[in-house]
Amino acid sequence: MHREAIFIVILSIFLGIEVISHVPAILHTPLMSGANAIHGVVIIGAIIVMGHAETTGSMILGFLAVVLGTLNVVGGFVVTDRMLEMFKKKK
Amino acid sequence: MDHLSQLNTGISILELTYIVASVLFIIGLNKLSHPLTARRGNTLAASGMGLAIIATILFHQKDGKPIGNIGLILTAIVIGTIIGWIIARRVKMTAMPQLVSFFNGMGGAAAALISMMEFPHISPELIAKSGMANGHVLAILLGLVIGTVSWAGSMIAFGKLDGKIGDMRVKAMKYVNLSVLAVLIGFIVYIMSRNVQASSELTPLIYVMFVISVIYGVLFVMPIGGADMPVVISLLNSFTGVAAAMGGFLYNNQVMLTGGILVGSAGTILTILMCRAMNRSLLNVIVGVFGGGGQTNIGATGTVKEISLTDAAVLLSYSKKVVIVPGYGLAVAQAQHICHELDKLLGEKGVEVKYAIHPVAGRMPGHMNVLLAEADVPYEQLIESDEINPDLPNTDVLVVIGANDVVNPAAEDDPSSPIYGMPIIKARDARNIIVMKRGMGKGYAAIENMLFFNDKTRMLFGDAKSTLQNLVNEIKSL
Repeated sequence: MHREAIFIVILSIFLGIEVISHVPAILHTPLMSGANAIHGVVIIGAIIVMGHAETTGSMILGFLAVVLGTLNVVGGFVVTDRMLEMFKKKK
Repeated sequence: MDHLSQLNTGISILELTYIVASVLFIIGLNKLSHPLTARRGNTLAASGMGLAIIATILFHQKDGKPIGNIGLILTAIVIGTIIGWIIARRVKMTAMPQLVSFFNGMGGAAAALISMMEFPHISPELIAKSGMANGHVLAILLGLVIGTVSWAGSMIAFGKLDGKIGDMRVKAMKYVNLSVLAVLIGFIVYIMSRNVQASSELTPLIYVMFVISVIYGVLFVMPIGGADMPVVISLLNSFTGVAAAMGGFLYNNQVMLTGGILVGSAGTILTILMCRAMNRSLLNVIVGVFGGGGQTNIGATGTVKEISLTDAAVLLSYSKKVVIVPGYGLAVAQAQHICHELDKLLGEKGVEVKYAIHPVAGRMPGHMNVLLAEADVPYEQLIESDEINPDLPNTDVLVVIGANDVVNPAAEDDPSSPIYGMPIIKARDARNIIVMKRGMGKGYAAIENMLFFNDKTRMLFGDAKSTLQNLVNEIKSL
């Protein structure tokens, strides 16, 4: 079952490299911030773990994981948008 | 009910959504790397994330059981959204690097928590079949270590950029770090080679590993100096990506895999690009040989000449071409708005004003562009250093505001200098140079700047904001 996972991993590595290798320096900061938001996808794991939590202890930890994951996602995308919004009002 | 969520091809709605979300991430990242489409790219990636989250809550099943505790999950999401939104909206643009580091740490912590909770529940059948030495266990352990290191490191980076934590440079640090890393790997090997009935027997070891990973994360970032912080943040960013991907292995979850690995690899490339802009190797950054004592100082030869506000005002007003080189000093002083006022004022007098932006000006590559854009400086006025350098011999006055290392000629002249070979803005080619600075302190790289002693250079000491304000008033009263 991990075989397809390895397939996905290798393709994603090359995609990641290809997609951003021509980025101009002025976009380094917003791009880093945007990528930062995307790894917030860890929230999916947090939701799964929380969704199957049974003991109080694991519920507390799971709850915390979902909150932190959401912080990463929401904070990351909002801050990136705020940076890019400034580039837009140039005219 | 299974046939409802199952299409003819056998692909579930959940998997289909994950494919769509992954594609949105890829398109989003791609659009983020072009100035015109960047904002749309961010929105696309965000909508992919939203889709993946909703589909997971609705359709995810583990051993036939759907997601429970939905009320609590939604509460947690609402809390995270409110806090994240408020922080992201409120924080000043100068504090952007810290903020990215903070959010990055949150992701790392979430990944570590997932590993900690999953470890005691590894299925006994899997352990009976292949012992502890399997990919599942490895993914959990790596997720724990990488996530924790990323979290602890990001928090230290956050503290450093916020000026709350200083640098700590000890020669032996390198060896201490390597030994801590070796201990962590030892733990992984030990756990995976145990012969147990249930993984929960080994749970205490997981907590010990967590503590050691925190220590490693702290030690890893502590010795790295100010100018190298962006590289570290970018590196930690890709760490968190890999930690998220470990969760993808764990749950055989495609969207976590693609999202995590995309960031892992894109983050690594970005880190390398940043290093290249500073002419530093990644290894140098990590081992931390930059700045601090050690290197020979050529010593201050010649004298520094000051210029009065009135003279500076006259010089600027009667120039044809002026180039402003902004640095982090401008950002800390929050002087970008008044700086824009100066350039508008000069523009009205018929002076052509441009900004020379070094790739690593500010605290992060591209940070200066964000700050100047905040002050409404038109995009067209911001010129990258490679492009403006040939134009500098025809420039009447070059004004350096709170920048130092990026205009240091030692990068071209002095092979013993730690910044030798770094591309710079060739400030000394300009006809006149005015340097605005708080005092004679050195830049982040802690090296002497011969530009300040150049014959053509005049110094204007003081806080960037008040000096610029006084200069603007002076020009107005001419």
